[in-house]
Order: sequence, then C-alpha cells, then structure tokens
Amino acid sequence: MKSKATVKKSTLKNIFKYLKGYKLSFLFTLLMGAVSVAMALYIPYLIGQAIDCITENQPIDFPEIRSILFKGAMAIAVSALAQWLMNIINNKIAYNVVRDMRNDAFQKIEVLPLNYMDTHRTGETVSRIISDAELFSDGLLLGFTQLFTGALTIMGTLFFMLSISPFITAIVVILTPISLFVASFIAKKTHSMFVLRASTNAEQTAFTDEAIVGQKVIAAFGRQNKKQIEFDEINERYRVCSLKAIFFSSLVNPCTRFVNSIVYAAVALAGAFSVIGVSGNAGILFTAITIGNLATLLSYANQYTKPFNEISGVITELQNSFTCAERIFALIDEEPEIPEKDDAFVIQRPSGQVTLENVCFSYVPDKPLIQNLSLTVQSGKRIAIVGKTGCGKTTLINLIMRFYDVKDGSIEIGFTDINNTQLTADIRNVTRKSLRASYGMVLQETWLKRGSIKDNIILGKPDATDEEIIAAAKAAHAHSFIKRLQNGYDTLIGEDGGSLSQGQKQLLCITRVMLCLPPMLILDEATSSIDTRTEQQIQAAFGTLMEGRTSFIVAHRLSTIRNADLILVMKDGNVVEMGSHRELMAKKGVYAELEAAGQAAVKNE
Amino acid sequence: MKRILHHMSHYKKESFLAPLFKLLEACFELVVPLIIAAIIDRGIAVDTGTPDKLFIYQMCLCLVAFAVVGFICAVVAQYFAAKAAVGVSSEIKCSLFKKIQTLSFTDFDTLGNSRMITGMTSDVNMIQNAINLVMRLFLRAPIIVFGAMIMAFTVDATAAVTFVVVIPLLSVVVFGIMALTVPLYKKVQENLDRILGITRENLNGTRVIRAFGQENNEIKRFKNANTEFSAMQKFVGKFSALTNPLTFLLINAAIIILIYSGALRVSAGKLSQGQVVALYNYMSQILVELIKLANLIVSVTKGIASAKRIDTILDMTPDMKESGSEEFKGGDIEFKNVSLIYKNAGAPSIININLSAKKGQTIGIIGGTGSGKSSVVNLIPRFYDISEGSIKIGGKDIKDYSVKSLRENIGIVPQSAFLFKGSIRDNIKMGNENATDSEIVDALKAAQAYDFVSEKNGGLDYMLEPSGRNLSGGQKQRLTIARALVRRPSILILDDSASALDYATDSALRSSIASLDYNPTIFIVSQRASTVFNADKVLVLDDGESVGYGTPNELLQNCEVYKEIYYAQFPDEKKEA
Repeated sequence: MKSKATVKKSTLKNIFKYLKGYKLSFLFTLLMGAVSVAMALYIPYLIGQAIDCITENQPIDFPEIRSILFKGAMAIAVSALAQWLMNIINNKIAYNVVRDMRNDAFQKIEVLPLNYMDTHRTGETVSRIISDAELFSDGLLLGFTQLFTGALTIMGTLFFMLSISPFITAIVVILTPISLFVASFIAKKTHSMFVLRASTNAEQTAFTDEAIVGQKVIAAFGRQNKKQIEFDEINERYRVCSLKAIFFSSLVNPCTRFVNSIVYAAVALAGAFSVIGVSGNAGILFTAITIGNLATLLSYANQYTKPFNEISGVITELQNSFTCAERIFALIDEEPEIPEKDDAFVIQRPSGQVTLENVCFSYVPDKPLIQNLSLTVQSGKRIAIVGKTGCGKTTLINLIMRFYDVKDGSIEIGFTDINNTQLTADIRNVTRKSLRASYGMVLQETWLKRGSIKDNIILGKPDATDEEIIAAAKAAHAHSFIKRLQNGYDTLIGEDGGSLSQGQKQLLCITRVMLCLPPMLILDEATSSIDTRTEQQIQAAFGTLMEGRTSFIVAHRLSTIRNADLILVMKDGNVVEMGSHRELMAKKGVYAELEAAGQAAVKNE
Repeated sequence: MKRILHHMSHYKKESFLAPLFKLLEACFELVVPLIIAAIIDRGIAVDTGTPDKLFIYQMCLCLVAFAVVGFICAVVAQYFAAKAAVGVSSEIKCSLFKKIQTLSFTDFDTLGNSRMITGMTSDVNMIQNAINLVMRLFLRAPIIVFGAMIMAFTVDATAAVTFVVVIPLLSVVVFGIMALTVPLYKKVQENLDRILGITRENLNGTRVIRAFGQENNEIKRFKNANTEFSAMQKFVGKFSALTNPLTFLLINAAIIILIYSGALRVSAGKLSQGQVVALYNYMSQILVELIKLANLIVSVTKGIASAKRIDTILDMTPDMKESGSEEFKGGDIEFKNVSLIYKNAGAPSIININLSAKKGQTIGIIGGTGSGKSSVVNLIPRFYDISEGSIKIGGKDIKDYSVKSLRENIGIVPQSAFLFKGSIRDNIKMGNENATDSEIVDALKAAQAYDFVSEKNGGLDYMLEPSGRNLSGGQKQRLTIARALVRRPSILILDDSASALDYATDSALRSSIASLDYNPTIFIVSQRASTVFNADKVLVLDDGESVGYGTPNELLQNCEVYKEIYYAQFPDEKKEA
C-alpha cells in the first residue's frame, strides 16, 4: 500500500500531466485573470478618489469627478471582457482535461486483463468514469476560476492597500491567515469523510446497476420490497456520510467569514483613528488618511476577504474532486494486459495447427484448474470438447484466445510464412489482434451493442458489402427474421440486444462469424438456444464453414459432435480421454458413460 | 421540479430554518454600512471637527458582536441546508428506485438501462448540490439585494432610484441566462447517457470486442461521443460564463452613476458625505453577493435540468394498470384468441393463440427461433399485457387478480440465467424468503444443482460474483430453476431453461420436475422435441401463429412443423417411419 501522502502527490502529478497540453491556454487565462483583477481593484481606488472629491473640497470639482469616473467606466468594461474570456478558456481547459481523462480510462478498459472485468462490478467501474470524472471536472473548474483570481485579488489588494496605509495593511495581513488555518484544518478533518462518501457512492451505483439489469427477475419473483430494503440501507448510509461530509466541509465558509468580519471591524477601527489622527507615540503608526481612503480600504477589506472565503471553499471542493481524481487514476493506472513483445509479429496465414505443451492454469493461485495439459491439433481438424459443466472447457478457450495467459507451459500456433514453409510460434510472440482475428468465435453469452443490426454483423469485417452481409445472414439462417424486422438490416436494437429473443441474438452472433470466415473456429455452446430445426441448418452451414478449418466445439449434446476428428473428454481441468467417437466408445470409459446417459435420457421419453 | 418541491415539503422545518438563519445573518451584514456611515459622520465628524473616540470604539465592538451572532446563524443555516439537501436527494433516489421497480417490462425496454443509471447517480447528485446552494446562497442573494435597496432608500430616496433601475436589469440577466441554459444542460446530460451506455457495453462485452479486434473502433466510438459531450459542455459554458462579467458590468456602472448623482446631491446640500459612502457600500455588497451567486448559478441550472429529467421518469405511469384485487386461487388456465403487439413494433408477435391447461397438466410450447414461444409464457405472469383476446385462470381473467398475488403463485425460469451478487442461499431465497435450509436443499436437488453446490466452498454460503460470473452457464441455469422451485409455485414456467445442460442432467431434471409432490401446472418452452414428449398438450408455433395443438402423438401424425422438429432430432426414427 502506498502511503496517503504519496498517493496525493502522484494524483497531483497525474493531474498536471493532463494539464500540460494546455500551457498556452493556461498562460492566456492567467493573463486575462490578472487584467480582470487589476481592473476590478483599480475601480474602488478610483471611487475612493471620487468620494474624496465630494468630501474634501467645497464646491465639488465636477470636471475632476467626471474624468475619474470615465476612467472607472473603462476599467469596468475591460475587466468584464477579460473575465468572460477567462471563463470560456477555463471551461475549455477543465472540460478537455476531463474528456482526455475519460478517453484514457476507456482506452484502459480495452487493454485490461479479462480478470479485471471478471472480478469487478460493472457499476463500480462505470461510476469511476461517469460520476467521479464529473465531480472532478466541477472541482477543477471551480479551482481555476476562483483559485487564480482569488490569489491575484489578494496580491493586488495588498498592493493598493499598502499604497494607502501600511499599518492597516499590516493588521489585515496578520489577521487573515487565521481563516486559511481554519480552512485547512477543516479540509484535513473532512478528507476521510469524502473518501467514504465516494466509495459508498460506488457501492450504490453498482447495486443500482445490478438491480436495473436484473429487474425482470426481481419483478418475476415479486422481490421489489426486499431490493428496496437493501437499497434503502445503502441509501441511508450514503445519506449519513454525505451529510457529514457536506456539513463539516461547509463550515469553512462561515468560519472564514467570521474571521473576515473581525478583520473588517479592525480596519474600520484603525481607519477611523487614522482619519482623526492619533496623538502620542502610537500616532507614528497611523498614516493620515482621508474619508475616501477609508471607504476604499473598507471596500478592499470586503473584497480581500472574499477570495479567502472562496479559496477556502475551493479547497474543500478541490479536495473532494481530488478524491474522485484518485479513483479515476486508480483505473487509468491499473496494470494492463502483459504488453506484447516488441518483436511480436502479425500472423498472416495461420495454418490451423495448435499445440499445447504442459499447460498449467488457475484463476485463483491456490486452486489449480488445468494441470500439465499437452495436446496437438492438426490443421483442418474438428476438436470437440465435452465434459460436465465447470470442468474447464471454457477455460481452455480463454487460454487459446489468450484472454488469460498460461501460468506454465506454452501454446503454439502454426502458420505459413512467405516462403510457404510451415512454422510454429508461441502465441505470446504473436500480436493479440492477429491471434484473435485467426479465430471466429461464437460465445455462450451473446453480446450485441446498441446500433443497427448491420453494425452488429459487420464487427469482424467493417467493409463488408450489403450482398456479403445478406449472404452471411442467409447462411446463418438469420436473414428470414431480420427481414421481418421493422427496418430490416437497419433496424436499431437497444442495449443488450433489446427485445430480440435469445435465439435471434445467437443467430446474429453466428452471422458475424459467417461474414468474416476466419481460418479457425470456436463454437462455445453456441447453438444452445436455437431450435433443433434451425440448429440442423446451422450445423450444415457450419459443416461447409468448417471444411478445411480447425474448429473447437464446446458442446453438451454428444449427437452434434459424433463426426468430430478428435473428442477431448475433460474432467476437473484435465483431459481424461481423447480420441474419435468410435475409439472412445470402444474404450468404455467416461465418454461411453456420458453417451449412454444421453441415450437413456432420450429413450425414456 | 414539482417532485423536488414535494420532497422538500418533508423537510419543512429545515427548508424554513435554513433560509431564516441566512436571513438573520444577512440582516446583521446589512447593518454594517450604516454603522460605518455613523462612524464617519458622528465618530470622525469631519464637518464639526470634534471626533467622538468612545463612539468609534462602541461601534467597532458592535461590528464584532454582529460577526459572532452572524457566525452562529450561518452554522445553523449551513446545517439545516445540508440536512435538507441530502435528505431530499436521498428521498428522490429512493422514490426513483421504487419507481423503477414498478415499471412494466415495456417501459423498461423503452427507457433503457443507461438512462436509469445516470438518473440515479449523476442527476440526483446535481440536484443535491443545487438544493444545498439554493438554501445557502440563492435565498441569501435576493435578501441582500433587496435589503440593500431598502436600506439605500432609508439613506436617501432620490439616490436610491439607481437601485430600482439596476436590480430588475440584473434579474433579467441572471434569469435570462438560466432560462437559456437549462434546456442545453438537459442535452448535456443526454450526451452523458450515451457515454455511460458505451462504457457499460464495453465492460460487459469485453470478450467479443477483443475476439473481433474491435478495441480501436470502440475507442473511436467512445471518443466521438465524449468529444460531442465536451463540445456541448463548452457551448453551454459560453453562455453561463456571461453571467459573472455582465453582473459585474451592471453593478459597477450603477456605482458610477450613484457617485455622480451623489456628488450632485451633496453639492446641493441634500446628502452627507457619510451617506454617500454608505450608499456605495450597499452597492458593493450587492456586487459581492451577485458575483458569488453568478459563480454558483451554473450548478443550480444543472440541477434544474437534472430535475426535469428525473421528473420524466417519476411521471411515467406504469404501462400496466393494476386493475384487480382478487386473491389468486389457481385452477385451469385458458388462452382465448390471444394476440400481442409489442409497443413500437410494427407487426404482432403472436396472433390468435388458443390453449387450455387443466390443473397439474404439462403444456409444451415448441417452435423455431423467434416464433413467439417466450412471448406466450411471458403473458401468464403479466410481464406484458395482451393486445387482444383473454387469458383466464380458474375461470377469472388474469387482470382480475392483483399482480402481486398472481406472480407469487408462478415460478418462472427465464431464458437468460441472471443471478445476483451474494450467496447461493440469498439467490435461491429470492424465490421464497421464508425458505428453510432444508427446503432450499430440496429445491436444489430437484433442480439437479445440489451436487455442484455442495462441492463449492461453503456450500449454500458460496458467494456469487456479479451476474453469477463465477459459475458456468449450466450451473447458473440450474440455480435459476431451484430459485423458481423453492416457492412451490402452482404454475411453473420453464422458458428454454435447460439449454446449457447436458442430456443426462436435462433428463434427470425433467423426471424430478414431473414428480414434484405439489403438482404444479407446467409450461415448458423448448427447442427440442424430446423435452415435450411427456407433455399433455403441445402448442406448435411458427412465426407467431399456432400451427398445431394436441398431444405429442397426434402432432407427429398431423403437424408438419412438429414432424420436422422431431425428425431433426431423431433422424434414425425417420428412416423407420
């Protein structure tokens, strides 16, 4: 675990990294800030002079007042314009930085090891990219607009005050830091409250996400009340920690304002005596000032305290947004998949040969799953993997596609080089993209994205023509249902496939593979939700497709794999039997048992 | 908005006390310029040349005393404001969640998951922020502004006219910009929905995306949506950024006019110098207050935009009306000329379906992919309401029963096996809260799930990851079956729920279901002819229409579609026949 301080430091460093690209905008916004503040401070000074014109000389010097006020009007216009420009640029910087951060976080999602998705709740990660980034951008924006101008105002005010009365300035300088102490004290105390709040928020988002996705199940079992109670519990916890965080952090404002009021009173007192003049030794301190000066000083004292107020408010705000930034950076800094080797090459013509040598793998270190698995698959062969659920079939696919890396041993893939020589390479020496492109995969769980039917089909071949798409859909027996949809291939489907049936979704996933025709196939229980009639037609289509292609078929129904070249029977992560249907039947082992059970089941009915 | 006001009414005390204490605080602040004016006119007394030092001390002590009281008021106000803001937003979340739970499946399909999740998170947070600010500052600002104006009148009515002109102008600026930006911020939030949607899709579909090498395309898609989102933010920002400089401009212009007209009044002997300073101070106070306000107005505007979005969800009347209140008694089930058209769909999904099931019978439903099998069974627990015809259970239309009691008596196993994060026990208990461990074990045994559950670490206490990711497809299906069985339903619906099971398990499952001691009426949706062999009646669907209805043997004689499905599975028998 990194210590708190180093986390903070690295967060800050990270934030600056994102700000780097906006140096020019940054300089410009600083300049605009300086202009607007200088002008805004010049105004009370001019007003003070104007008031003196009213109070000091009788009769009043109107031409003088007019010229002073004219200067004032110019200052106002310039200041307002500079403020507007500054605001726009600050918006740009803050929104762009958050946009860049979100992009990076999203890019990270695409390269994270599968293990991350398999072990983190979707809602939690979503909360980082959406809510946390949002809060961070709010904080950053506020920080920009107020921290800068605040600091500039303080410096400017001090300068002007100093030119009127050094003694009163000294009073102000000594008293005001108290408010900063108070602010930082409160900020320190509330930090842990904000951390708790952010993590509770993530928990709530994850819970909500799950409840929304599973709402149909909840409704079917009438469990709304139970879910509501669980939700209320989290919600109440969130309410309490939110209230704490918000209330205690909001104390900063009244506290600093209180300090400021004291400063104001002190300025009024010292100022009044400066106007009257003080006899005795102390009198040296009180530079003689006019009533106009006093008005200016008071106005400054008021304005001067404003940035302190804001800065201290901003500090809590920034702190909150820091907490959020930390959470986004934690995602961005998450360890990606083991990077590809520098000399990883693109497999162009995979031969279809796959060799596993002494492969060991486990998801959890102390629970070995696959141990010392060796296997050679010749190109063009059909490999069926059977076995009870949970025996490691899907894991094997995860390894071949390199969704997970083997813990020990190696997996090699055969390919043909430019001289038509047959070679093999460890899959870790090949680019992931080209390795995965060598396989056409239809998974157990269908996944469709929001978009048109066509968008979903052309995933593997974005430049496919309409004819190709229709031909693929016909081959996968999806064409007839697609054309019946409202807008045919252009019909938009919602998240998770919207209202399509499970079988229809599966047909679309098969069409995808039909379209890009990769040299090797992986069919993971792919046809389980399709009726026998369609399945047979698809099997026939796959038959043609599999001609000359190495195929891995994960299936439960033994009938569909009888003509496989090689059947792997798996049990507890190991291949216990291996051979053709006939060989395995003759062996009278596990496979023969499974087959008999299947037959009996059918006969019974 | 009206929803928020409704929830605010639960925090009457807080919503009243927070602004009240703010008001008190503001009052103390408003007196300050008067005290300063008094110090100048009576304490310093330039005109008479006889300064009153004691008076100056007293007045400054007064300032300190006001500061203390103001501080206490502010803390109290802060507390009540935070309490109301957090309380209201937590209530809104709660009622949103409740609302989402009551929405019908049709509403759910149209609204979309992303929209609901942004609603529950981002939108509610915006509202919370806005309420807190409104209580603390939004109400303070008008109090100070109008207070300053009234005080100005007490100082000098003629000079105060400037205030009367400038304040409406300021309101036009502030509220004009708000009115302009609220709809724009709503659009910003809609863009946020999209970003969230893409993020979720990518988290859930990692394997497919990587298998197809789609990472870069997805990144491009996300970047486009994200760029659009930030472009929209920047566009709105341009307008919001006007608030601050414009208020600054207006108030300072007013100050200049004030000073000049003040000079004229002083020269005419109608105004003292101290009074000019007081007037100036009041204008400065308005300035400080409004600039603070302008900085925060964006948050309030965003809050209003979010509130409107939440209102649209909360205002949705569930598509399905709860029409009956009768307690479910069970009995024969009868479909009469039932048709269903999904919302926004062009053509009906099922047309003119008739079937009847005696109590305890098993009905098979078979047909091609997309033929409407699931749609038929989804009508029984009223997940969707029929468009035409009628469905009766025990002689009563299902709409006469309360939805709750109807669903309580149905055990459904949906096509996609969805499980929740939590222990196996908790997941099974979803079917029956009061189930004892032995009842759970019975259900698991009947669902052929007991063996693998007992092998898991901790057995019933084995923790499932979100969506049951740490189980295989077949294991998940068996748990969802157990979840339906544990409630001992009088109607059991199996919607193609054994698809990931091997034949041996599938067959064992069917025989254990057939021998359930409470004898439920069973609907089995399947792709396989073998699954419906033992059914009393089988409904054969093709393209939403009934093309055969009868016993399996009858159908084998006279239903072409059934024959095709049957011989596809048993090619050997075809040769014999």
